Amino acid sequence: MYDVFIVGAGVVGCSVARELARYQLKIAVADKENDVSMGTSKANSGIVHAGFDAHTGTNKAIYNVLGARMFPELSRELDFPFRQNGALVLCFDESEKGKLYELLEQGQRNGVKGLSVIDGRAVREMEPNVANEVVAALYAETSGIVSPYEMTIALAENAATNGVEFLLGQEVKNIDRDGDGFKVKLGRKTVKAKIVVNCAGVYADEIYNKVVGEKKLEIISRKGEYCLLDKKCGGLCDKTLFQLPSAMGKGVLVAPTTHGNIIVGPTADDVPSKNDVDTTFNGLNNAFNTATKSVPSLARRNIITQFAGLRAHSTEGDFVIGESDVPNFYNVAGIESPGLTSAPAIAVDVAEEIAGKLQAVRKDNFISRRKGISCFAKMSDSEREELIKQNPLYGKIVCRCENVTEGEIVDSIRRPVGATDLDGVKRRTRAGMGRCQMGFCTPRIMEILSRELGKDMTEITKFGKKSNVALGRTDEKL
Amino acid sequence: MKNCDLVIIGGGPAGLAAATAAFDEGIRDLVILEREENLGGILNQCIHNGFGLHTFKEELTGPEYAARYEEFVFERGIDYKLGSTVINVTADKVVTYVSEQEGLQKIAAKAIILTCGCRERPRGGINIAGARAAGIFSAGTAQKLVNIDGLKVGKEVVVLGSGDIGLIMARRMTFEGAKVKAVVELMPYSSGLNRNIVQCLNDFNIPLMFSHTVVDIKAKNGRVSSVVIAKVDERLQPIMETAKEIKCDTLLLSVGLLPENELAGYAGVEISPITNGAIVDDQMMTSVEGIFECGNVLHVHDLVDYVSKESRHAGICAAKYIRNGVKTAEFVPTCGTNGVRYVVPQKIRKDDDAEQISLRMRVSNAFKNVEIAVLLDGEKIVSRRKQIVTPGEMETIVLKPELVAKVKQGNKLEVTLNVGGVK
Amino acid sequence: MRELICINCPLGCRLSVDDKDLANIKVSGNTCPRGATYAVNEITAPKRMVTSSVPVIGSKTKRVSVKTSAPIAKSKIFECLDEIKNIRATAPVKIGDVLLANVCGTDVDIIATREAK
Repeated sequence: MYDVFIVGAGVVGCSVARELARYQLKIAVADKENDVSMGTSKANSGIVHAGFDAHTGTNKAIYNVLGARMFPELSRELDFPFRQNGALVLCFDESEKGKLYELLEQGQRNGVKGLSVIDGRAVREMEPNVANEVVAALYAETSGIVSPYEMTIALAENAATNGVEFLLGQEVKNIDRDGDGFKVKLGRKTVKAKIVVNCAGVYADEIYNKVVGEKKLEIISRKGEYCLLDKKCGGLCDKTLFQLPSAMGKGVLVAPTTHGNIIVGPTADDVPSKNDVDTTFNGLNNAFNTATKSVPSLARRNIITQFAGLRAHSTEGDFVIGESDVPNFYNVAGIESPGLTSAPAIAVDVAEEIAGKLQAVRKDNFISRRKGISCFAKMSDSEREELIKQNPLYGKIVCRCENVTEGEIVDSIRRPVGATDLDGVKRRTRAGMGRCQMGFCTPRIMEILSRELGKDMTEITKFGKKSNVALGRTDEKL
Repeated sequence: MKNCDLVIIGGGPAGLAAATAAFDEGIRDLVILEREENLGGILNQCIHNGFGLHTFKEELTGPEYAARYEEFVFERGIDYKLGSTVINVTADKVVTYVSEQEGLQKIAAKAIILTCGCRERPRGGINIAGARAAGIFSAGTAQKLVNIDGLKVGKEVVVLGSGDIGLIMARRMTFEGAKVKAVVELMPYSSGLNRNIVQCLNDFNIPLMFSHTVVDIKAKNGRVSSVVIAKVDERLQPIMETAKEIKCDTLLLSVGLLPENELAGYAGVEISPITNGAIVDDQMMTSVEGIFECGNVLHVHDLVDYVSKESRHAGICAAKYIRNGVKTAEFVPTCGTNGVRYVVPQKIRKDDDAEQISLRMRVSNAFKNVEIAVLLDGEKIVSRRKQIVTPGEMETIVLKPELVAKVKQGNKLEVTLNVGGVK
Repeated sequence: MRELICINCPLGCRLSVDDKDLANIKVSGNTCPRGATYAVNEITAPKRMVTSSVPVIGSKTKRVSVKTSAPIAKSKIFECLDEIKNIRATAPVKIGDVLLANVCGTDVDIIATREAK
């Protein structure tokens, strides 16, 4: 019997798990995917929003501001990449300048500090590559960038270190009420839980509606497509560059990533399928062309990859947070932008409420700090020398584009909630994220995974399911 | 920090040839740094034959060709380090590398030859939309998995790109029991050899579709399930009305090679936007004194024989530089015009002795019945007629010493095409 | 009549071959005599080199590449590949070592093209 059963191992589920891990509770997090951070959490803009976008008084506004304040400390505690780079909302038309002031005032009402409207000249002084057409911008000092999947992985690792169980590759098939609690059907096995927390992202409606027996929640998958540019373009901008927002969202941005690439996107298109993360010819064109309005010198030839993610848009328009109509069943749903920013703050509230309900006692041995994987590429030569002395595998470079060593890859596999496939290694170490996009390092990482996990080379997958890289051996007879 | 006369970065065909030549030119204090566990570079996975006709007058497979050059290195006792990845090169020629055995090491070199080869253009570089799934490989990655690791990477295959690697892999996959459904080529012609089109495709009835590209990739359960191809217009833009779905589990990409010039960049070497390699003079020296470049890191070659030849020259020049240094130089710039996409070297030193110079170039389109003409300050000094030139083949014009002497008096060298008729 | 592409040079001449009388094959479309020779060979006895790789037992080098010691009849390619699949080489292997003699009765051997210590 679990005290708390969390459905979904994205940034929301992992944040809630980690906050709950502060208490003496038996907790599980289940996800249908092979790894944590496999949905929206791995494919988004990676922006820690300052908090001026959301209407004052909404959950979005409240949690955005609270969450944003937590990032500097949280990123130090859990050792994930975060940088407060500041953001500019660009205005291209004198007649629309008023909207910048509306955002500024809304932000101030929401409790955002460090907001100002600056003119075009000041914008270009700050960001020389911004288009000449920009007449003014809202400058938000506190906006930041984060590596969303590394953050989620860090939360999960820390939760696991503190006793949370991760049930990955296990889809929740059904949830039935069982007295005051629940029976959760996971593949072939059924587990019991006192409390269920629904953090299932775009699937949150399916999960909840099953339990409540009627259509009470509707989550729309809103696709966003992105292009990622080579690190050599990293100097194109330092701040996150938004354009004035539209009804569908905050529009297309151009921003640096925490690893020095440039990200361009997202588009916003509602799609009928909850697993349609295919990029499209038109979507990529739209994302890129709209972005060149902000930074005209963006060049297509420098794109190294494209991807798409789905925003979990609730038809209610705001985050759906708290105990549902079904007692002991909690929804944390519709967590679209600024969801990443809000997740840590939402988790604190949800965990406190659940702990109160269960009259849980705080642990005195909670480990709050997590040390990330040593990043060879970012070290000084003397640090590298020292590390290789301790473990020679750090002298073996596997990913030549991002300078990722075998030592880091082995660490990423052996950690709690460790990598089990190529993409898992990639998100944890950046092996394969460079300009050759896994061309050279695929076979090497497969060998390391095979050795570390005791699996045959043919069993190694890109991301679980039937995503095996090899379909057999050549020596087999035809 | 150790000192060394010559550090050669990369132990593939270019590095091996450069090292051998430098040794024969009297350099004894030299080392080859190779990141893989074997010398020979990419040739080890190129198990097909067709290598070395020019150099050895016989047809070898890739590993055999590499072994010949490895033998040259072994018999001379040239030092080499395996599993050693160079992570930095500075303008004052300090090379930093790491390895499991030696940890982090720095070498101060008198000269460096960069022979790091090239990498394949990935999917992201050509903006193919669709699913991200297993079953999408660059042709070289698939080649490694099949030939070196003995793994089957696909059963029903579409190949995008009809360069030689794409063609060779179409046959290789067929040999491993796969059905290659089509080779799709963006251009109206193939940059691969006719021999490969005949023996890798026609022999097995694999269709080659010109002026087509892949516009979408579909996947099921994490594996490619089909690709959508479409015809392209004259501007190479897909015509979506012509889209056609082909069921397959694997897409191989053979869509271009890119010189790996990260290290050159760290050292401040000036890079050509056309070749993506360093800008070199006729001594193969880059814009940074004492740093040389040759082989596929300089510009992508069609035949390994030419890589060896060019690298031999680089090795000799590096040896001379170590002995004599350079006089402050003035240059005669070279350029390609009217269908000549680039010329390597990009400049010719005025100060050194007049030896013969090989001008290597590629054309931008297929032309029949052409004259390749070399103009010095607008005046033709040498030319060659060719029945055909194609983008897939490198062309070389050798300037004899007496012409070189003349060139050094000039201001500008231009290589141009006089076209009889366009294919 | 058969259509062939000459493989001798980048020109890739389209050859039309009249093969009604195998003793007197007529070739047209060729630009040079090499084209005619190629066409006749290709019609009468097309041959191909076959290359592949095989596993090695007892070496750090897990596989070595192999080739036919001479071109074999084109029609025997897949039969030859099938036989190659049975090869398990034992280290040490040197370049040129015969790993399978007289493949498919062709008098041609399968030889190693890479070393395994």
